[in-house]
Amino acid sequence: MTTITYREALNQALAEEISRDDQVVLMGEEVAQFKGSYKVSEGMLEKFGPDRIIDTPISEAAFSGLAVGAAMMGMRPVVEFMFWSFCYVAFDQIFNNAANVRYMSGGLINVPIVFRGPANGGTNVGATHSHTPENFAANTPGVKVICPATPADAKGMLKSAIRDNDPVCMMENTILYNLQGEVPEEDDFLVPLGKAKVIREGKDLSIIAHGKSVHTALQVAETLEEKHRVSVEVVDLRSIRPLDVETILSSVRKTNRVLLVEENKPFCGVDAQIAFIIQDQAFDHLDAPVKRVSAIDVPQAYSKNLENFQIPDHDRVLAKAMELL
Amino acid sequence: MEGLHHDTNLDEEKTASKPKAATPSSVPARSVEDGSVAPEVVEDKADTPEAVSQPKDSVAPDEPEQSVGSEDEESDVFANKTANQNLSPDSKIELYEQMVRIRRFEERSLRAYQQGHIGGFLHLYIGQEAVAVGSVSAMSKDDHVITAYRDHGHALAVGMNMDECMAELFGKKTGCSKGKGGSMHFFAPDKNFWGGHGIVAGQTPLGLGMAYALKFNKKKGACLCFMGDGATNQGPFYESLNLASLWNLPVIYIIENNGYSMGTAEARHSAGEPLARRGDAFDIEWSVSHGHDLYEVRHNISEALERAHSESRPSVLEIITYRYRGHSVADPDQTYRSKEEIEEYKKSKDPINLFREKLLREGHLTEEVAADIDKRAKEEAEASAEFAQASPYPEPEELMDDVYWETDNPEEKKSSGTMFFETI
Repeated sequence: MTTITYREALNQALAEEISRDDQVVLMGEEVAQFKGSYKVSEGMLEKFGPDRIIDTPISEAAFSGLAVGAAMMGMRPVVEFMFWSFCYVAFDQIFNNAANVRYMSGGLINVPIVFRGPANGGTNVGATHSHTPENFAANTPGVKVICPATPADAKGMLKSAIRDNDPVCMMENTILYNLQGEVPEEDDFLVPLGKAKVIREGKDLSIIAHGKSVHTALQVAETLEEKHRVSVEVVDLRSIRPLDVETILSSVRKTNRVLLVEENKPFCGVDAQIAFIIQDQAFDHLDAPVKRVSAIDVPQAYSKNLENFQIPDHDRVLAKAMELL
Repeated sequence: MEGLHHDTNLDEEKTASKPKAATPSSVPARSVEDGSVAPEVVEDKADTPEAVSQPKDSVAPDEPEQSVGSEDEESDVFANKTANQNLSPDSKIELYEQMVRIRRFEERSLRAYQQGHIGGFLHLYIGQEAVAVGSVSAMSKDDHVITAYRDHGHALAVGMNMDECMAELFGKKTGCSKGKGGSMHFFAPDKNFWGGHGIVAGQTPLGLGMAYALKFNKKKGACLCFMGDGATNQGPFYESLNLASLWNLPVIYIIENNGYSMGTAEARHSAGEPLARRGDAFDIEWSVSHGHDLYEVRHNISEALERAHSESRPSVLEIITYRYRGHSVADPDQTYRSKEEIEEYKKSKDPINLFREKLLREGHLTEEVAADIDKRAKEEAEASAEFAQASPYPEPEELMDDVYWETDNPEEKKSSGTMFFETI
């Protein structure tokens, strides 16, 4: 084990897979000379050269679609979005072309591609740059959607995503890029997609979260333990589609109370689907209604003061948890 | 004929081929009749003039003399170009046969649609056959094709068979996409054919990516990316042109300009002409040429392929063509163009008739052989409809196949968890 940042974990995953497979390339805005807008690809241009680490113009529809076309031909491109918010101008390429080509061709064509980049609010950049489209993406059969919350998962899941034969949308978080954590050192460290992780065992309440909300959930679990002697289990979804329904349900069956936390907007959010699954398949195990905490349901606010309130924080999640106990 | 789409007296001089030399006045006229003509019902008869099925009448006696003369000259010019001069008589006949097969397939599919066997949209390629056949016939081993939703002609031209195509239209399990793609989504990657794409211009970045992959893997190949005139107004096309030129990618954008973006004539949908000139802004070689002359198509495509293969440079080729049928079969086709316009095109610019006449003049084809080709094409199309009719529909449980590679290959599956949230 070695302790590195989330950012370094991504860098290692990319470097290892680019070394391993000559059909893997990284392309996106400012990924090469600029070393990445968030320095994820630092040092990679020097190491792999401009044929593998490719600066694109600000032209998401073209380079996303180009990468899809190249993937159809057997390459394994990794497309970096400076922000997932920018995928909206490339929506057709991701959600019509990458997602549908396999099905529409009766399975003749695969699209082994990874779209990745940060998808988060909380950085004081206003509504256009703060989208969290994991629910949009997961609504599309044909793509996979992952939201790693730790450096180890960032590395292991990105490596799995690059080796995956289907399109994978990986949503990161700029606030997590400096997060440190232990990451196994072995070369082929892979974290399978579709596997949630119980990152804190508990018996009174399950908090189910993904992305940065996982860390908020852990803080709340600490508070509940210390101040209220409540034992909280925290489940990190890690992957949205495929979804580890079994781990979710077994936690609910154990604690009988569940709080869902996400930084996404609530309407048709990821947790709406999870709440449905829980009531559908574990109704008899529930001692209380399923509760949710999401981002406040307005466009992402600019003012720090407003945005801090908008995104689920420790106090808001704690208050909602208390309603359940 | 006043207001006709395509200048019937075009000659090579009028066809733009060099970016710097071209001016709007030096390229095919694009004046378009406004849709104010009293609508007339276009009868559902075969689009191919009787001449094809009745060779005795095939001299087309009512064709204007000057038009015949001009076609003669055109034929000579392009027949003697490098791309065509070494074509064997058999190859020429084969090209002719391919065009006839496409037309007969389309006519038969139209009938099946009218009989209720085909649902959804059916965008027919009738009238544009020389573009797909001429282009595809100029390709080499590592050249690839991608197109939009009017894809039946390209599919047959690359060698897909009528059975798998017709069965796909019928939504049958034996279709090329197992009944999951439909008319707009034919694919045959084993024949370098990458679809079949339903969103206007959505395939333009994909074609770019194919060219990129070819170059990345050091193949001497190019991607022919077909699109319609309507697609030239979509943003991703321009983004693709920029990258194509910036990165020196061997992609050839072929604008099959049939004069109408669905029901909106070019004069009403595009500012500035010709459309191909837009490539000039990106330092891309462009040209405008005729699509009714198979020799001319082959010549222009071959030049662009050579540019792609030897210089790894893109091209934008605008090819003027015409569709006899509506945008799709559901298109009433009476609100935006006149019956006379369609009939004039059929009479003077039909790519199949014109090529047949060339081959007759060249002495490579006889009326008897032409009649036999037509008979066989009709029989093949009929047989494909019978095949499609007799084929089974996909079973409901097949609905879940072909979404994810992983679920179709469980023995190699690495991930876990629930992949589908509502299942059979």
